[in-house]
Amino acid sequence: MAKHHIEATVNGDVVEFLCETEETLLDVLRDTLNLTGSKEGCASGDCGACSVMLDGRLVCSCLVLGCEVSGRKIETIEGMAKGESLHPLQKRFLEAAALQCGICTPGFLVASKALLEKSPNPTEHEVRYWLAGNLCRCTGYDKIITAVMDTAATMRKG
Amino acid sequence: MRYEAPESLEGAVALLAGAKGEARVLAGGTDLLVQMRADVVDPDLIVDIKRIPETRAVTEEKGGWRIGAAVTGAELKEHVRLKKVWPGVVEAANLIGSTQVQGRATLGGNLCNGSPAADSVPALIAAGAVATLAGPAGKRDLPVEDVMLGPRKLALKKGEIVVSFLLPPRPPRSSDAYLRFIPRTEMDIAVVGAGVSLTLDGGGTITAARVSLGAVAPRVLLVPEAAQAIIGSRLDRPAQDRLEAAARAACHPIDDKRGTTEFRIDVAAVLARRTALIALDRARSN
Repeated sequence: MAKHHIEATVNGDVVEFLCETEETLLDVLRDTLNLTGSKEGCASGDCGACSVMLDGRLVCSCLVLGCEVSGRKIETIEGMAKGESLHPLQKRFLEAAALQCGICTPGFLVASKALLEKSPNPTEHEVRYWLAGNLCRCTGYDKIITAVMDTAATMRKG
Repeated sequence: MRYEAPESLEGAVALLAGAKGEARVLAGGTDLLVQMRADVVDPDLIVDIKRIPETRAVTEEKGGWRIGAAVTGAELKEHVRLKKVWPGVVEAANLIGSTQVQGRATLGGNLCNGSPAADSVPALIAAGAVATLAGPAGKRDLPVEDVMLGPRKLALKKGEIVVSFLLPPRPPRSSDAYLRFIPRTEMDIAVVGAGVSLTLDGGGTITAARVSLGAVAPRVLLVPEAAQAIIGSRLDRPAQDRLEAAARAACHPIDDKRGTTEFRIDVAAVLARRTALIALDRARSN
């Protein structure tokens, strides 16, 4: 069967791509669009390393088909920094060493940004539950949670 | 593998009814894509129902609420009015998976995945939800407890899809609740789930109730004996004991890595009681 011809918006740019039905949005992002920031950890929606925003909703891109996103708006980790200027979450993750190997980091950043946009003053409980679908096997989570809480406090001050 | 995203029910039904090989409906994809990846299923046709307006709306109807089969958990969570009337249904849907999964997972998918441990199904059954199906012979309504026949087995005919769920009108002093047991706090599959919906009279006596148990039988159970055990009571201790006994008697679970038969039966009784108490508390303040 012929490939699907899909047009979608990725990080503000209109992109066109061809994909097979079986290809996930994560496959398309990484292998076709060369946006390799989103990672494949589990490929079953358990680890959150492939987190992206789809029409403003946090989703696992491994659980979305490429052909589903026709006309939709996607935001990935590559769109988080504005040029050379890192997002406050990115800065804080670096300063606070909220990462070790870094594989899970793009997913945590995308998910944390989605949380802070929805809830600028989250409790620790809220942060931990919101990020329960992002797995990190290095840090033990505490530094990540602290970095998100600290960033929220900084961003509230403006 | 063919992918279609029809914009009408008729289009979806025609595609599914005319499918030669294996056809699958795609809603949120949180089960289907995992099963495809694991080679558990290899469909020849995927029909994405998310572009059909009827599957994506939450609307008031005949004093009740109609929820599209492809409305996501995240959307239900943000629906303030629905959450006020049916907190149990919404909390059950919101227990499915992570924040990311909530962005995609749907009530229709949770039901049609055909798992006896599906979190939203006991809540829907307790609520008295009726599924509206569309098929080659037109539309028909089926109570949610009659949609699933057993693990991965549904009462849907070839070409039929679940379009939406109708939750009935709520009398005053009514509410519902859902609890599940999992060995951790988040991101797990129910070892047992319990949904309870009830209505009180002005004096606080239960006048109507429905009790449903998940993961204790090959399909999610409606347990009328458990409802009868508390109707006419104020859910005092003797009524709670009768509820526990009826819940126990209804269970015939499997032994597996997530829980033994004995454990599941014990937990079902405890959860039925706790869930009923939460529903009671909510109903009193309605």
